[in-house]
Amino acid sequence: MKFINAWYFPARLAWRQLIHDKPKLTAAISGVLFACVLVFMQLGFKDSLYASAASMPLKLNGDLFLIHQQSEAMWRPTQFKRSELMRALGHPAVVEVAPLYLSLTTFKAMDTQVKRTLIVYGYDPDTDLLDIEAIRKMKHALRIKDNVMFDEYSRPEFGPVRQMLEAGQNRTEVNDYKVTIVGIFQLGISFAADGNIVTSDLNFLRIFPNRSANDIDIGVIRLHPDAPIAQVKKELREQLNDFVRIYTYEEILEHERLYWENTAPIGFIFNFGTVMGLIVGMVIVYQILFTEITNYRFEFATLKAMGYQHGYFVRMVFASALILAVLGFVPGYLLSNSLYYLAESQIFIPMLMTPDKIITVFVFILFMCAVAGFLAIHRLKSANPADMF
Amino acid sequence: MVIEVHNLNYSFGSGALTQPVLKGVNITIQKGEIVLMTGPSGSGKTTLLTIIGGLRQASNGSVLILGQQLVNSTDRDKVKIRQQTGYIFQQHNLLKSLSALQNVCMTLEMQYDLTEKERQNRAERILTAVGLGDRLHHLPEALSGGQRQRVSIARALVGQPKIILADEPTASLDRQSGHDAVEILKQLAKESNTTILLVTHDYRILDIADRVVELEDGVVKAVQ
Repeated sequence: MKFINAWYFPARLAWRQLIHDKPKLTAAISGVLFACVLVFMQLGFKDSLYASAASMPLKLNGDLFLIHQQSEAMWRPTQFKRSELMRALGHPAVVEVAPLYLSLTTFKAMDTQVKRTLIVYGYDPDTDLLDIEAIRKMKHALRIKDNVMFDEYSRPEFGPVRQMLEAGQNRTEVNDYKVTIVGIFQLGISFAADGNIVTSDLNFLRIFPNRSANDIDIGVIRLHPDAPIAQVKKELREQLNDFVRIYTYEEILEHERLYWENTAPIGFIFNFGTVMGLIVGMVIVYQILFTEITNYRFEFATLKAMGYQHGYFVRMVFASALILAVLGFVPGYLLSNSLYYLAESQIFIPMLMTPDKIITVFVFILFMCAVAGFLAIHRLKSANPADMF
Repeated sequence: MVIEVHNLNYSFGSGALTQPVLKGVNITIQKGEIVLMTGPSGSGKTTLLTIIGGLRQASNGSVLILGQQLVNSTDRDKVKIRQQTGYIFQQHNLLKSLSALQNVCMTLEMQYDLTEKERQNRAERILTAVGLGDRLHHLPEALSGGQRQRVSIARALVGQPKIILADEPTASLDRQSGHDAVEILKQLAKESNTTILLVTHDYRILDIADRVVELEDGVVKAVQ
């Protein structure tokens, strides 16, 4: 009870003083709201970037993956010889190996005729290298010459492909090579490319006449269901040449994530934005609390003369900070929610308002306000009753 | 004895700039006594009052308040004295974002053993006693100067302090409301046998005092 009262009374006074000066309260809330929206947007963009960058590797269907050691990220691989992948077959635990070909190239939009870059994936449809049901169902159609499938989640600049397919229009050019779109699947785009196309390995080589079946981008290895993946990886490491890297499924996801986070400056940009948002918000809250204490220092000195102690005012400042955090967070969250929706519908980047993101931002905002309160406390020393009366 | 001050010296500044304010003050006040202290400005009245109220640290002489030595005392001791003292300021010093009732309740919010209801009731009773029963929920800005000072009297009295210290409480009031205010103060203090030390320039209110002392040039000069 004592503990509750020790916080309840200063918090109530803080609240009463805050709502007494509505213009200032509005300014303070706007500051927190601003920081809140900024952080939400930065985290939203960052998460969606990572999520969409991982959408392709996430669907990879295999146990171990070979890529050239010079491949920085999946979207711009260095090719290596198919025979290197075949050597993995020598290991008794390996059941199946399959090459994946991929390349960035242009796609001519069927309605506007404008060319735009996307990624073409090519693999033997029977190997199901991408674990996507829509593609698996179309494996027979994909095997036919010049047939491809199109990712519905590609950017809208490629045209309303689904509607055009339904209307019977399905011919376009990929890398200036005429193809037929025979179906739609859903994968998701990354910052590397605005769209995806999947086709058979043979069609891939038709679209890219200067590519050879012997130069592959990613090698996928499947093991016996009960084979120890880490053990096999170690043994393969000894057999294969040093120029290929061997990754497990988790490792290849991590490799892609780290690329976007560190190698590409994008992760840094968003983290920087987050920190800047918090700093700006903190300065605003600090400024508000500071002037609040300055304006009320006579009243504080009066309370001190009545017997209130320093701790009461410290709790009051923190309570003000907390109240501002909550009052700013709620509208900030609501506004961010609509901005997420806007981002999804206008720039087609998936922005998810997940509970852990909400909690993260709230903790950030709380921390920001607490730091501002902590910085403002020193101003309390100016409220010395002996100097005022 | 509620207040016993012996040979109290106090000066502002340090070194060559030392400015002595109190030069061997002696004053003793009994329980229930109402003492007015007058004197020209700069004579150290407010300084003495802040030392007695535990707001200012003295390091010389002896200041015994309710048996507590305040010279070279700890913050804890001073806070204890502040909590047993009702302080009335020259300006009303009310919290401008709180209503009259809430302002008076601030004194009681240091006592955790009271319920919210008890606090409200006590505050309401004392505000009614100072004639503001119909102004409970007014903010200070909606009250007249005399009403504000009466709220601050109520705030000082509601905690049932042993001592009331008042620093020129009528300075910003007109004659009538000033007189009304101290009259109420006197009446309520007498009822509860509270000791009052009141600093004033205002000779119009001398009649409420049991005793008048004069502070001049840092010494208590004339005792009537």
